[in-house]
Amino acid sequence: MKIPKRKFDVLVIGAGGGGLRGSLQLAQAEASVAVVSKVFPTRSHTVAAQGGMNAALANVLPDNWHWHMYDTVKGSDYLGDQDAIEYMCRAASKIVIEMEHFGVPFSRLENGKIYQRPFGGQSQNFGGDQAARTCAAADRTGHAILHSLYQQNIRAKTHFFDEFFAIDLIKDDEGFILGAVVLEIETGEPMLIEAKTTLLATGGAGQLFRTNTNAHINTGDGLAMALRAGVPLQDMEFFQFHPTGIAGKGMLISEAARGEGGYLVNKDGERFMERYAPHAKDLASRDVVSRSISIEVLEGRGCGPSGDYVHLKLDHLKREVLDKKLPAICESIRTFLGVEPATDLIPVYPTAHYTMGGIPTNRHGQVVVPVSTGEEPIPGLYAVGECACVSVHGANRLGGNSLLDIVVFGRAAGNDIVNFLQENRYHRPMSEESVESALGRLARWDQKGKGEPVDTIRRELQAVMEKYCGVFRNEDILSEGLGKVLEIEQRMSQVRLQDHSRIFNTARIEAMELENLIDIAVATVTSALARKESRGAHSRTDYPDRDDQNWLKHTLYYKDTRRLDYKPVKLKPITVESFPPKERVY
Amino acid sequence: METLSAQQNLSRLRWQCRRGMLELDLFLSGFLNNTYSQLDHRQQQIFEDILGLPDQTLLEYLLGQNQPDDKDIAHVIQQIRNSAGPHA
Ligand SMILES: Cc1cc2nc3c(=O)[nH]c(=O)nc-3n(C[C@H](O)[C@H](O)[C@H](O)COP(=O)(O)OP(=O)(O)OC[C@H]3O[C@@H](n4cnc5c(N)ncnc54)[C@H](O)[C@@H]3O)c2cc1C
Repeated sequence: MKIPKRKFDVLVIGAGGGGLRGSLQLAQAEASVAVVSKVFPTRSHTVAAQGGMNAALANVLPDNWHWHMYDTVKGSDYLGDQDAIEYMCRAASKIVIEMEHFGVPFSRLENGKIYQRPFGGQSQNFGGDQAARTCAAADRTGHAILHSLYQQNIRAKTHFFDEFFAIDLIKDDEGFILGAVVLEIETGEPMLIEAKTTLLATGGAGQLFRTNTNAHINTGDGLAMALRAGVPLQDMEFFQFHPTGIAGKGMLISEAARGEGGYLVNKDGERFMERYAPHAKDLASRDVVSRSISIEVLEGRGCGPSGDYVHLKLDHLKREVLDKKLPAICESIRTFLGVEPATDLIPVYPTAHYTMGGIPTNRHGQVVVPVSTGEEPIPGLYAVGECACVSVHGANRLGGNSLLDIVVFGRAAGNDIVNFLQENRYHRPMSEESVESALGRLARWDQKGKGEPVDTIRRELQAVMEKYCGVFRNEDILSEGLGKVLEIEQRMSQVRLQDHSRIFNTARIEAMELENLIDIAVATVTSALARKESRGAHSRTDYPDRDDQNWLKHTLYYKDTRRLDYKPVKLKPITVESFPPKERVY
Repeated sequence: METLSAQQNLSRLRWQCRRGMLELDLFLSGFLNNTYSQLDHRQQQIFEDILGLPDQTLLEYLLGQNQPDDKDIAHVIQQIRNSAGPHA
């Protein structure tokens, strides 16, 4: 089939903070850059990040990047790669200032310096007192970052393909990535975007779980595209459950609520985090707080008629303070729950939030796969942001580290691609076979007849993932879950669309998103079943302890044979001493 | 581009309701599914204009943190707000 074709130096798939920071670096270096996004760029999920972005500016309390590095390594439960973590934490202060120059209006202290709030897992002096490291532009930090970067890109003449859905990567016989087949949502027509390099920045996969804090667009498309191109996914068993999603609904109540003095209570009114984390209490790391809430509920101390949530208490804070410091959170609680945070308790429960795993990359954003001698980049393929696993978050991400991650590594990848382009000046011959195979994925949805609807299967998948791959896991639950996910995968071949039109056929897009979610679900459950230890967000009741002897390593899942492989954690930082694994207490 | 059928137009709007925040997805998709068809033509047009607003602006309107200056927009915003809430 002949389809229209466009050629660029670089194709960036995804217009969130990660993609836009990468494209900006490239456009400013005079590369021709195309950014495709399935929704209008400033509707990317980065817009939802309200809490802020970490950098050891030391504007409120003493701080330095090395303490930030320590907290991130410890927060990752020692699964984070220490070279990438050092790189990120060292870069953070410069990056915040740079974002300010791009137009992000960070909130100020009275002395004019950038305001910083305390967030979970932050400490001074390698595990000492609470630090205040999160820079925020009121409660619209993500919005400010996204809009500033978008404006900068327009100025730098980045070419945007808005409302184009990427279907699959194109790969030739030698393993080079040559761009992608995309679909214009308005016309329903496919197009080939040829590029010397492709940067995946498609965000996370929160829609894997029934109750989640994510926008509906977060279906992990880039992760599934990578899998289908033969790239493994790394550490997919580590999915972050945020401790304070609104129970049963998912809307996030940011850590800022606890940073500003809120705390959790059980049905007896007990501030239970004092038992689990005597020092950091409610601001312990997210995995720790989520597990504590789950235990309270499992042991019968949950609140409400079914005892299936706990309460977040903000009612001891003054209404003026709440409205000033946490305006959107308070309004969201009033609107969706109909309760008043200044006087009522708020029902919360751990909620699927962030994909720690993803496409394996090094700290230059290059997608890497293991070879006998170590690791090798996949020529022409980069990944950054939540879809990537660089891995700075390891087994558990700290709040405020993702916005930092996306801009630091978006920039780094942009710089590395500039070098790659200098050595790879020409487009390679197109692989027609690979293009045909991507088009086949689209054509599959033209099959007519009766079949199950997409919606039903998606809901089932999300319910299965929540039940069988949630906060607590064990061999039996995960085995059963894997069976269920594989059965859903089977049923997918029987799904048919009723609408075969072209123009704005969003049913077809949703079908392809569901296919992507299923591939990722299999990767997640398979990886979780294999990891026989508890680390960070992966909590096995049958293997309750961390096992550094056998499991201080990254998981790699390959789609073709559902094979698992492992690779070592990079314990060696770039310039400083390594932080050796220690018991993690908060 | 040729004019869209009613069905195509609804699909187009459905995609415009896909936003960067869960809260907006819930507000807007819920409204499109349950209430949009009952609006008169003018109000439907206003709903489309509302979909053109940036996410953050829209969130502030829908959470009642800010009021749109335009009365007509304010009215449809209020309808969207009413259609959401604890019992939606
Ligand atoms: C409610 C909430 C609050 C958060 N708050 C914070 C916070 O305060 N601090 C912090 O550090 N982190 C926070 N996070 C996490 C952080 O927001 C995200 O991890 C980060 O924004 C991800 O950015 P990204 O650039 O990787 O992807 P995204 O911003 O998710 O962008 C993905 C892009 O890919 C595009 N895309 C996806 N699939 C396709 C496809 N098939 N074809 C074409 N385009 C595609 C999308 O259109 C979009 O443009 C929060 C997350 C949530 C859910």
